[in-house]
Amino acid sequence: MNKLLVAALITGALSAPAFAADYSIVAPAGPGGGWDQTARTMQEALTTEGISGNVQVTNVPGAGGTIGLAQFVNQENGNPNALIVGGYVMVGAILTNVSPVSLADVTPIARLTGEAVGVVVPASSDIQTMDDLVARLKDNTGAVSWAGGSAGGADHITAGLIAKAIGVDPTQVNYIAYSGGGEALAAILGGQVTVGVSGVSEFASQIEAGELRLLAVSTDTRVPGFDAPTLQEAGVDTAVQNWRMIAAAPGLTDEQVAAITADIKAMAESDTWQTALETRGWVDTYLDGEAFEAQLEADTSATEAILRDIGLVE
Amino acid sequence: MSTFDLLAQGLIAALQWQNLLYALIGVTLGTAVGVLPGIGPALTVALLLPVTYKLDPAGSLIMFAGIYYGGMYGGSTTSILLNTPGESASIVTALEGNKMARQGRGGPALATAAIGSFIAGLLATIGLAFIAPWVVRFALSFGPADYFALMVLAFVTVSAAFGDSALRGLTALFIGLGLGLIGIDLQTGQTRLAFGIPDLLDGIEVTTLAVALFAIGETLKTSSDPAQINTQFTAIKGSVWMTLEDWRRSWASWLRGTVIGFPIGAMPAGGADVASFLSYSAEKSFSKKPEEFGHGAIEGVAGPEAANNASAAGTLVPLLTLGLPTTATAAIMLAGFQQFGLQPGPLLFTNNAPLVWALIASLLVANLMLLVLNLPLIGVWVRLLTIPKPWLYGGILVFATLGTLGANGAMSTGFGPVRISFELVLLLAFGVLGYILRRFDYPIAPVVVGLILGPMAEQQLRRALAISQGDVGILLASPVSMVLYAAAAAAIIIPLIMRLRGKGAVLGQLASDED
Repeated sequence: MNKLLVAALITGALSAPAFAADYSIVAPAGPGGGWDQTARTMQEALTTEGISGNVQVTNVPGAGGTIGLAQFVNQENGNPNALIVGGYVMVGAILTNVSPVSLADVTPIARLTGEAVGVVVPASSDIQTMDDLVARLKDNTGAVSWAGGSAGGADHITAGLIAKAIGVDPTQVNYIAYSGGGEALAAILGGQVTVGVSGVSEFASQIEAGELRLLAVSTDTRVPGFDAPTLQEAGVDTAVQNWRMIAAAPGLTDEQVAAITADIKAMAESDTWQTALETRGWVDTYLDGEAFEAQLEADTSATEAILRDIGLVE
Repeated sequence: MSTFDLLAQGLIAALQWQNLLYALIGVTLGTAVGVLPGIGPALTVALLLPVTYKLDPAGSLIMFAGIYYGGMYGGSTTSILLNTPGESASIVTALEGNKMARQGRGGPALATAAIGSFIAGLLATIGLAFIAPWVVRFALSFGPADYFALMVLAFVTVSAAFGDSALRGLTALFIGLGLGLIGIDLQTGQTRLAFGIPDLLDGIEVTTLAVALFAIGETLKTSSDPAQINTQFTAIKGSVWMTLEDWRRSWASWLRGTVIGFPIGAMPAGGADVASFLSYSAEKSFSKKPEEFGHGAIEGVAGPEAANNASAAGTLVPLLTLGLPTTATAAIMLAGFQQFGLQPGPLLFTNNAPLVWALIASLLVANLMLLVLNLPLIGVWVRLLTIPKPWLYGGILVFATLGTLGANGAMSTGFGPVRISFELVLLLAFGVLGYILRRFDYPIAPVVVGLILGPMAEQQLRRALAISQGDVGILLASPVSMVLYAAAAAAIIIPLIMRLRGKGAVLGQLASDED
């Protein structure tokens, strides 16, 4: 009964005849962000492909998704129609906010998309390669300022992992948090900070225009369309991927989970979804079942370790 | 092809009758949703964007432009007539606008807001077409230290909204600053003053506070006073249209508002609310009749309304030239553009010239459409005030509650099986605070200003000091920040000098209160 009310009034008045609500997706973030876009793209794909008659998206913004997650866990127990979008950022946010609920309290269905974090400097910077950046960090860690998203998110974790991998003190990393991708990008372009870390697609058009230089990408493989080494290739032995996933409510039967997984898999393989990935520049990293659960566990423990090293979690 | 030819081609496309129809639908929907208190342009655009997907690119962009400008405009009507700002950028409009409405001058107030929005939108859209690359360079040159200086200037000048007692004004401001500390700290990810309540992790929503203090507080104050509740507002006294005098007093304010709003909108950490605050104080200092401020000065509506619309166009500058979405609304638009394979960024103007110019032309058309739609409606809107007060305030409560529920009303707080919306609890609690402040003659605008500017100033100061590794010299290191501090100092010193020279009597008369 939140934004749904207004959304239902408006979409109800404007769109096709109403079916029974098949899925309601919680985007645990404000309109416009990555999770909101993921939820709305899913809504479009699920209905266009006829997988679901009616899909509602609800925004529950706040605290790296943990507010939406807590509400979802409390209210949707056993509801096979409820879904929530989430991602790697949530893993860190759960730890830094000491959230009462965690991803163990929902039923993860599948990883949908993934993105490398890019490490960039302005074109005018005298840092040419990852080696130059490493040398600067070893010389005086605090003098290198990093701009990226909120504290404890994928961008911050990437900066911490780089420091740790090259043997400097991660607590000395001078990380400047910005609330939105746009604001961080402006600070990097304006030369206010030494280096920028953010989803590589956010930098794409600036890199193409020659305004930014991409030093490395954070994933363990190179990113098509970007002429930059991975961190490992550049001599920094670490890797991280910022992924987005879809999860279902807690307390479902195995049959219910299987049915939801089948729907999501059909959606992820559909033309509508694939086309949307292309136009938005998202990379398909679909993974479900036990393989996804194993990855989730590994990511959670690795993230906890690095957040302790940075000093955000005690 | 020259810029003019490209723009002309865009206009020809935008002026086809189907496209005009789309523009009309867009501004109507945008205004209708934007009018609800608490639902700002970002949510309006997010809710209505899917509607545009079904159309061809040109039609879709045009409807979209209509929704955006309509949503920006919608907030000012309720601000002026009902003292219920729909979003943070129209809070200042309520200060003078509602005073005018109560004196039977709601018509001229709505007209100066509509025409001012039109002129500012027109000039700023033209600015977007011709000087965007230079404006964006200026905006990017702002570092954290410069933003902090801008916030200091805003704090100093906003004292114009304090009313007659600096002590009461500062008290109200500090309540706002205190509320601004609640929530997760961006720089460290740690929680402050949330007392374990998950709903407080993201801080206090500005619109909830504003709607509560203005609308709910106002309702409580009125209903607590039998003498007030039984009198009727005069809906129209004199002309429902702007008089020659109104025009004379408005035109310079529109232009000043545009000049302030456009560059601040283009700044990645600026925003329509900051622009409207600065414009309000500028109007107060430029006005030949500063004593009218706080009692319904038309300049105080004309300037801020122009500033917030110019700032809406300013937001498009970094979006189109750099692909930088600097507000939530801009981020949603970015998603909208991507539907047509339009990738905003440094190469957009070269790679997608026809679509970009169609968009800019659409903004011009939507802007004109908004004026055409709203001017004739003013006569209808002001008649809202002829509704008997108990019904009118009942209606205000309903809309304030609906808007809050619509924007933020997750049923998250539980008492056993009963679930209620925490945001609604906040709305009512702040409503009572608004009543108490009014009852004891404290101004309420500084509370909201403190909540908006406090966190911005704090984050920028900490960023600046983190980048300089603790060297406070960075705060004065750039020419921009020095100019801003000089302006702030002048804003403090000049009134002092005037008072010493015996002009204190005039300033003493600036006594203004808001309710």
